[in-house]
Amino acid sequence: MNKKTVLLLACPLVLLLMSLKTAFIPMQVQLPLADSLKRPAKFGFGRKATALEIAAWDIDVRPDGKGLPAGQGDVKKGKILYGQKCAICHGVDGTEKPGIKLPGNALVGDTSATSKPKTIGNYWPYATTLFDYVRRAMPYNLPGSLNNDEVYSITAYLLNANKIIKADVVLNAKNLYKVVMPAKKLFIMDDRKGGPEIK
Amino acid sequence: MEKRNNKDQKRATGKISRRTLLGGVIAAAVLPVQSLLADEVHAEMPVLPEITDDPTKIVGPGPSPLGKRSSFENPVRKPSDISSRTPLQDMHSTLTPADLHFERHHAGIPTIDPAKHELLIHGLVENPMKFSVADIKRFPSVTRTCFIECAGNFRTGKAEMTPQDILGLTSQSEWTGVMLSTLFKEVGISDQAKWFLAEGSDAAIMTRTIPIAKAWDDAMIVYAQNGEAIRPEQGYPIRLLLPGFEGNMNIKWLRRIELSEEPYMTREETSKYTYPVKDKIRMFSFELDARSIITYPSYPQKVNKGWIEIHGIAWSGRGKVEKVEVSTDAGKTWKQAGLQEPVLSKAHTYFRYLWDWKGEATEILSRVTDETGYLQPTLAQLVEARGVNLGGYHMNPITAWQIKNDGTVLFKPETIK
Repeated sequence: MNKKTVLLLACPLVLLLMSLKTAFIPMQVQLPLADSLKRPAKFGFGRKATALEIAAWDIDVRPDGKGLPAGQGDVKKGKILYGQKCAICHGVDGTEKPGIKLPGNALVGDTSATSKPKTIGNYWPYATTLFDYVRRAMPYNLPGSLNNDEVYSITAYLLNANKIIKADVVLNAKNLYKVVMPAKKLFIMDDRKGGPEIK
Repeated sequence: MEKRNNKDQKRATGKISRRTLLGGVIAAAVLPVQSLLADEVHAEMPVLPEITDDPTKIVGPGPSPLGKRSSFENPVRKPSDISSRTPLQDMHSTLTPADLHFERHHAGIPTIDPAKHELLIHGLVENPMKFSVADIKRFPSVTRTCFIECAGNFRTGKAEMTPQDILGLTSQSEWTGVMLSTLFKEVGISDQAKWFLAEGSDAAIMTRTIPIAKAWDDAMIVYAQNGEAIRPEQGYPIRLLLPGFEGNMNIKWLRRIELSEEPYMTREETSKYTYPVKDKIRMFSFELDARSIITYPSYPQKVNKGWIEIHGIAWSGRGKVEKVEVSTDAGKTWKQAGLQEPVLSKAHTYFRYLWDWKGEATEILSRVTDETGYLQPTLAQLVEARGVNLGGYHMNPITAWQIKNDGTVLFKPETIK
């Protein structure tokens, strides 16, 4: 038999085997088969995003300070802003008062890990998270309405109220990410991994 | 209840034949006086097919543009200020009707015009790109059935609790969309990228960081739920789907993905969705561990002596359900339940077990083993592993139902401390 004949004979066999294999794939196999089909390297759908478009949405701040904007804020200004924009939900001074149910979470507490409720002082591991969250989502009734200086000031006030920074600290992109939060040492990465062990 | 049903019927009906009218009048004649008066106030044609004794004698309403449930069935979500819960006790299999899928959002449901919505992918990529919803629908699509469960899905405290009250923040849909890996290949991902940030377009601009391995594994961007466009409360027009990962990470109203070397430590992944384990706080608990619950019989149902088909759902965020066991003697002995095929990975799986109840007071329980060999724990085992200060996240204890002599079914709340 020459090479060509072997190939011709082999082809139907391969096809038969392939169809058998397909027939025996159980119904429940849900793998994203479409993604492994032969396909172009790029489909060419979508368009290039402009630098301006990215800047308009790219407001996230990382623990290493990446993303912190220009501007600054201090505790004094922050206290006034807090009274105007935050106290209505989080209480006059951000602490939990017995018998009073506030619409927002308590923000200020002592830094002991076992204390309740969970506050910035005893449960937040990164100061950058505070800036990021206030800027993106607060105040609840007017999200996105604070300018960067105001966010720095409110962050400064809340960190000071939780006894994490001193009253005269001026926060900016150079020092906010260096603030060490008391709760940082408590956090551990997930160590569950399936299998028989209950964790 | 009856009055409301009657009104619904009338609204659903357009033309009315003489025969229907006649039937309606006869039916109305046997109504209590009060209902009759209420009907007259509305002065519409009384069409009351559910009240007649013989539905074969009345022509019913014709076809309509939008179907609705029988007026005898009224499954509803149970809303609070921040979430609403799926009525699991009313379900007969695993697929959740889209209007009963649980909700959890952090600043309300945004109204998004799909023609204006775009997804930005940037950061550690070769080409930062924007995709319209129409662009996303042009890519090869995939359909997958899986559950989404909120990581904070455990309530206890009293005996009068339904499955909906205890763990109604889990639902299952058939989702359709594009594999995230398809879009990642389109933009080109840098080798340095280890995580990606996903961001929503709601007033909370919700963000979570997700390990990049999930994108290459089974993450999707979905635009359809049970065959139709996803519901506004489920992230219309597009959401992230991370099968088996905690619900909060399945970012709804998705508008932005940023590739990064390190996690962002957003508010939700640090001060929320973390929980005490002894004297530490565990974070980045992505996979939901295996869990099951008997949904029949459960509170507030009642059972009669004789054969009872116990049934319920079991699931695991780590893969397939391997086995479900049922105990009808308060956990002393366990028997294997039947699983409804097909058993899907990271999906609610229906189980059934036939039990001949002789009328004795007892407790019934279910426990699931997933394909990693993980056996659903008791609450006591969770306390032993994590300490008494459990918090509310990633709680998947075995649920027990008390069966009383008279057939009453009650939840068995356990105390943690």
